[in-house]
Amino acid sequence: MYQYDQYDQAMVDARVEEFRDQARRRLEGKLTEDQFKPLRLMNGLYLQLHAYMLRVAIPYGTLNARQMEALADIAEKYDRGYGHFTTRQNIQYNWIKLEDAADILADLARVEMHAIQTSGNCIRNISADHFAGAAADEVVDPRPYAELMRQWSSFHPEFTYLPRKFKIAVIGSETDRAAMRLHDIGIRIVKRDGEVGAQFYAGGGMGRTPMIAPLIRDFVPLDQLITYAEACLRVYNRYGRRDNKYKARIKILVHELGAAEYTRQVEEEFAHMLSVGVEPPLEELARIAAHFADPAFVEGPKTLDRSDPDFALWVDRNTHRHKHDAYVSAVISLKPAGGIPGDATADQMRLMARLAKQYSFDELRVMHTQNVLLPHVRIADLHALWTALDEAGLGSPNMDTIEDIIACPGLDYCSLANARSIPLAQRISERFAQTGRTEVIGELKLKISGCINACGHHHAGHIGILGVDKKGTENYQLSLGGSEAEDVSLAKITGPGFDEDGVIAAVEKVTDVYLEARAEGERFLDTYRRIGMEPFKEALYG
Amino acid sequence: MADNLGTSPDEVQFRFRDDEAVDHGTVTVDACCDQTNAAAVRIEPGDDARLLLPFLDRLALVEVNFPSFGDGRGYSAARILREAGYTGELRAVGQVLIDQLSHMRRCGFDSFAPDKRLDEEDARRAFATWDNVYQRAADARRTIADKRHEA
Ligand code: HEM
Ligand code: SF4
Repeated sequence: MYQYDQYDQAMVDARVEEFRDQARRRLEGKLTEDQFKPLRLMNGLYLQLHAYMLRVAIPYGTLNARQMEALADIAEKYDRGYGHFTTRQNIQYNWIKLEDAADILADLARVEMHAIQTSGNCIRNISADHFAGAAADEVVDPRPYAELMRQWSSFHPEFTYLPRKFKIAVIGSETDRAAMRLHDIGIRIVKRDGEVGAQFYAGGGMGRTPMIAPLIRDFVPLDQLITYAEACLRVYNRYGRRDNKYKARIKILVHELGAAEYTRQVEEEFAHMLSVGVEPPLEELARIAAHFADPAFVEGPKTLDRSDPDFALWVDRNTHRHKHDAYVSAVISLKPAGGIPGDATADQMRLMARLAKQYSFDELRVMHTQNVLLPHVRIADLHALWTALDEAGLGSPNMDTIEDIIACPGLDYCSLANARSIPLAQRISERFAQTGRTEVIGELKLKISGCINACGHHHAGHIGILGVDKKGTENYQLSLGGSEAEDVSLAKITGPGFDEDGVIAAVEKVTDVYLEARAEGERFLDTYRRIGMEPFKEALYG
Repeated sequence: MADNLGTSPDEVQFRFRDDEAVDHGTVTVDACCDQTNAAAVRIEPGDDARLLLPFLDRLALVEVNFPSFGDGRGYSAARILREAGYTGELRAVGQVLIDQLSHMRRCGFDSFAPDKRLDEEDARRAFATWDNVYQRAADARRTIADKRHEA
């Protein structure tokens, strides 16, 4: 795992002091709320329905036990004893007081954490494949590149007042577990004839006009990575639309110019930038990469005793193949049936921290599915791990099933919401757990957003649900066929929306159609792609 | 001629140069490209700073206007001019606030004429916010990565 040196620490400390000073000037009336807003946003502080919300950055989702414990302490000291893990691999606290914000940032800085650029029209926290450094199918570990980009993008002097927010994701395998092509820039680290480089996609995004990022360059050599990113950003900063907030994301620029023209402009800027010399020395990448060396894996049994059916089910559902065959990666589900997706209490955070120390080389990952991962668990330790999780209510065997719902905060917290997302997610997971359908259905990714901003990724759900406002009452639109993975696609709306009970019934009907029609080995998404929308529409509205 | 468009030396609150400030009005980018003698020009957010590159030799002052602090195009304009070798005065004007000063400085601005005068003490602290920097920019500061790897 990456560790701060004196420079990284000093940067974060300086930021805490800067924010303290800004908060002081706001209180003294030297800053108007208009002027203060972008500053607090750049420190992750939003004003929400009931209180301030603080979003803490977890760069590429990676943290150690000490950091997880600090998050638990903050939940207890400054919030109501819990936190909410988000689809951007961060954590949010929903009940924060402005007066406490600088102290929280100082507490975070003590464990090499911060809330820098988790909001605002700047380059946001860099996300990455949550299985990085562990997955059996990994070609190149994306974390060193994500860390290099974290440093480059932190306090970038030119790109702090972009037309709109800017999200970057980095992966290093063919399989996409980071919704890479739904980011403003998506990067896949690849190997060509033994040489490592980066594939760049630009102009993806969700929100009200979802778009899949086109490939703009197939191979950027490693020693030009930052330079190329800088060129992409400069073209966007200069020409991205600023006349309309809803058209300000890079996806609109790329769409309006066309991928070819955007690429041409980037290449021109890139050629110029190469002559200026903005790339950090290549030794820096090597220094960073050394932090991500494999932990000291040991040989051990590769099989396990499956006689306990509950344990066997959890193993099948919630573990992922590791590059070392005596290990697996184990998903801790934050989706108990009927629970709030992504929420964890301070005690649960402390337990996860302890288990990480005991079983996973002191490492945890926040997944974009709002779960937590222990990346390196010995197969020999799995039963003990599962027993501890199960006792704490963290052992739901439901990864990638219909109970593993992604849901945004919605009307329970969010000032932009049209409808509630959380209670709907709770009812759906409870319903499917009760009827026992979850297991029969298998992989089915359900994603819920409380408004068109799409924080809950509903465009990318095998089933997506969007909360809309229909003459003052909450209404839900259903869509089918989205995917955030390497087979990326955008979901299509089925037809007229439903009320809360109606949409739950609709989800059940849709799964009925699937179970009826599925061919051997087909996931919900595969069946939908084969038979199309019609049979589903027929069942819903016919 | 579109004279007296710009700020006067009196309006400059912070200046990091030793030379005498230019004391005449600036012209628009369009006018500057048409005229052969303009020595001072003002860039608006929508202007392409690269149009000025052929004339850098004769320019002594470039003002970059920030009508709204949230419009960050001026940061790119500034760096583009410095990257092309412009050494004259580069002045940030308009809604220039405390919390933008350190970034503006890094992008190559060496004079500041905020439309509302800033608290001197707050500004001094703002210019000194970062002992170290992560990125290469127009100020030629050695970056953290450079320092980590010096022999
Ligand atoms: C509760 C406070 C929140 C507010 C006010 C908020 C606001 C927004 C807005 C306005 C957009 C649309 C941006 C655009 O299309 O240009 C957006 C998109 C998004 N937000 Fe949130 N959000 C909140 C919480 C969250 C949470 C909790 C998550 C993670 C679970 C999240 C993740 C995302 C993602 C993934 C997108 C869509 C991807 C994209 O930017 O294209 N947001 N958010
Ligand atoms: S999708 Fe809408 S309701 Fe949900 S968190 Fe985002 S802005 Fe709020």
